[in-house]
Amino acid sequence: MAALTPISRKPMSLVLPTVAAAGGLLGLFVGTANGSGLMGVVVGACLVVALAMIFISVLKNEGLAKWISIAVMAVLGFIFGGTPGVILGAIFGWLFHWFIYWLYEGRYRARLLPYLTPRQVLWHYTFRVICGSIFVFLITPILVVMPLSFNAQDFFTFTPEMLRLDPEGYSLKHYRDFFTNNEWQRSFKNSLIIAPIATVISVSLGTLAAIGLSQNHVPFKRAIMAILISPMIVPLIISATGMFFFYSQIGNWMEGTLGLNKTFVGYVKVVLAHAVLGIPFVIITVTATLVGFDNSLTRAAANMGANPVTTFFKVQMPLILPGVISGGLFAFITSFDEVVVVLFVGSASQKTLPWQMFTGLREQISPTILAVATILVVISIALLTTVEMLRRRSERLRGMSPS
Amino acid sequence: MGRKVRPIHTNTSDGDIMSDTTDSGPMLAADGTPLKRSLSRALRRQKMRALMLVAPLLIFVLISFIFPIGSMLFRSVENDIVADTLPLTVVELQKWDAESGELPDEALYAAFASDMVKAIAAKEHTKLGTRLNYEQTGLSSLFRKSGRKMKKLDPAEDAPFKEKIIKIDKKWGDVETWRAIKTHSVRITNGYFLNAVDMRRTPEGAQAQPEDKQILITLFQRTLLMSLMITGSCILLGYPVAWILANLPARTANVLMILVLLPFWTSLLVRTSAWKVMLQQQGVINEVLVWLGMVADDSRLALINNQTGTIIAMTHILLPFMILPMYSVMQTIKPHYVRAAKSMGATDWTAFWRVYFPQSVPGIGAGSILVFILAIGYYITPEIVGGTKGVFISNRIAYHISSSLNWGLAAALGTILLAVVLILYWAYDKIVGIDNVKLG
Repeated sequence: MAALTPISRKPMSLVLPTVAAAGGLLGLFVGTANGSGLMGVVVGACLVVALAMIFISVLKNEGLAKWISIAVMAVLGFIFGGTPGVILGAIFGWLFHWFIYWLYEGRYRARLLPYLTPRQVLWHYTFRVICGSIFVFLITPILVVMPLSFNAQDFFTFTPEMLRLDPEGYSLKHYRDFFTNNEWQRSFKNSLIIAPIATVISVSLGTLAAIGLSQNHVPFKRAIMAILISPMIVPLIISATGMFFFYSQIGNWMEGTLGLNKTFVGYVKVVLAHAVLGIPFVIITVTATLVGFDNSLTRAAANMGANPVTTFFKVQMPLILPGVISGGLFAFITSFDEVVVVLFVGSASQKTLPWQMFTGLREQISPTILAVATILVVISIALLTTVEMLRRRSERLRGMSPS
Repeated sequence: MGRKVRPIHTNTSDGDIMSDTTDSGPMLAADGTPLKRSLSRALRRQKMRALMLVAPLLIFVLISFIFPIGSMLFRSVENDIVADTLPLTVVELQKWDAESGELPDEALYAAFASDMVKAIAAKEHTKLGTRLNYEQTGLSSLFRKSGRKMKKLDPAEDAPFKEKIIKIDKKWGDVETWRAIKTHSVRITNGYFLNAVDMRRTPEGAQAQPEDKQILITLFQRTLLMSLMITGSCILLGYPVAWILANLPARTANVLMILVLLPFWTSLLVRTSAWKVMLQQQGVINEVLVWLGMVADDSRLALINNQTGTIIAMTHILLPFMILPMYSVMQTIKPHYVRAAKSMGATDWTAFWRVYFPQSVPGIGAGSILVFILAIGYYITPEIVGGTKGVFISNRIAYHISSSLNWGLAAALGTILLAVVLILYWAYDKIVGIDNVKLG
């Protein structure tokens, strides 16, 4: 429907002031950075207005206009900011060209309902800009970490070399540090030991319980559900405090009475504590998958002579597997990311990656943390992709259309 | 109801049962048992099976989560140490009238001497001193110093003790010392809870702490206030995003959803360290502002180690928890209502405020409670970006657990925090329903 809106060229009285405002805004920033804000506003506005005038009344060739705009702004960028200025300038050049034609040709109307008033159109785009800036707020911190992790200096900020895109300013030394430093390697290994075991415990127990809970007649269903979800709700510091007292007694008993190795007992304590924290996520995702489960399938299997165990593994399990796996991933990330509980329950030999990062952030600030952070972001992107694919597969299997 | 209806299962080989199809007799199942009993047995078996499946996990969670928290809560009132270390003294103290203003009699000093000699041998007296020191400063060193000298006393030989003990340290001749011990000799105490609300247990009942020790009420207020501010800014930032995600075509919305889910999946430590990098004095935000000339180099904004830092970082960290519930509610709101309102002459604002917004309130409620619950118990982020002014009650609990070792007070603070969270959890359950929580 929206594509049918007729678009028409707009008068210069609309185009020129708007592009002048945009140019002035950019000019303000460049101007203040170079000493005079007012000067920047005037020059920026004039420059963009001049570009617009030339494009619209003289040139009349959009493809050529694009390259002229990019070239002019890139040259200006080079004068004010060197190499990175060229890139920024080129981007802004493209942006101004696009903006001028978007306004002049009336393209901004093309995808909107035909009867909208100008104020509604203005609000529509203002709202988009607001949302866009919130998205920027959401994603910037994660993106900023990545280039900084290649910093050649031990700083937490961009050095002039980095801003000049000078290869000298970048290096892999923080990654090298992470892969060679014993402290980091040990904590990484600990995380890789603790998280999978905790995940296996919470997934196996959690899946069984979720199947039990999703049956028709479960006594005290609400109370049981509330108890099983509670590790997610109770503030971590309270869980950690409670577990600190409990597991120190359990640990003493296991070391004293059972005569187990101290390190082993330490791992058992942390694994059990993390398993509890992962359970709510497994319960929630698996019950959500079981909501759409067609029980006549299990009856059909029983009818054809399968015993309950066979039915479970051959019929039920393949269908709820996506839910189980994504619950498992949640449990894994919970354990892999957890620091409060391990800080209280574990001892130095169970130091996990988040714990090492936490001490790193609090005491000796080393940029290796940023390298680790980048690696973790890459891992979480991989996990996110997996969960998303599993969700779609699950919806397909259950005959829903993927949303 | 089973009696009047024809049995669903008739056994053709058995004439007797066939005759039951007339109306009076009990309805029977295939094996001849009355259907009612057979059904209830089947139901019972079904319930048992469900419970058996749930049982391992339930027992695991009860033992390793609910029980530890319960016993932690009990620590907030438990106070056995005085009565256990000084059993005879405590009995004598009951007879002594604390209000009289006179020192206790010789019998008490004798009991005290024999208790202390035993306690010193077991090295318990310093622990007792530490415990009492939370309530009255100076008692820890008093017990430690006296311990060294009282070791030489012999409970059988050296009577009378009153003079000797007062000579060891003249604080034993101070009525206040004995009043403090008597006040805290009960086995179940409300002292930690009083401390948690900036009061203390005194012989005259609960009283306010001295001005310079009153920090916890302020900290509770700050935690609540900052959690509210974080929840508020999450609503402000989350609502437009949830709206646009719910109203864009599915393909675009899915792409934008990644921008919400990626922070949600990224490690908390990564996001916290990113904010540390961004907010520092020499951090990215300040550098950009200085470069743009909006802030002078010598007056950089103080964004970290204060409340601003905590609020900015936690708003970012908790924002996905606000957006996701709002989004799932807004997805179910049909666009027809708003169109109908507009077709009947409502302005954009009226149509939104009177028609769309009321339908999205459940999402705001769900998200707000979730964010508030999470915010109020946060520990890591305030610890790293909050400095001293931006910390929460959780940081105080951690301090008492690991540094000051005043576990009773930590437990009392934890109990209060837990009570607040559980009330909110209950409200969440009433409003949203625990089984309706969705992830990702």
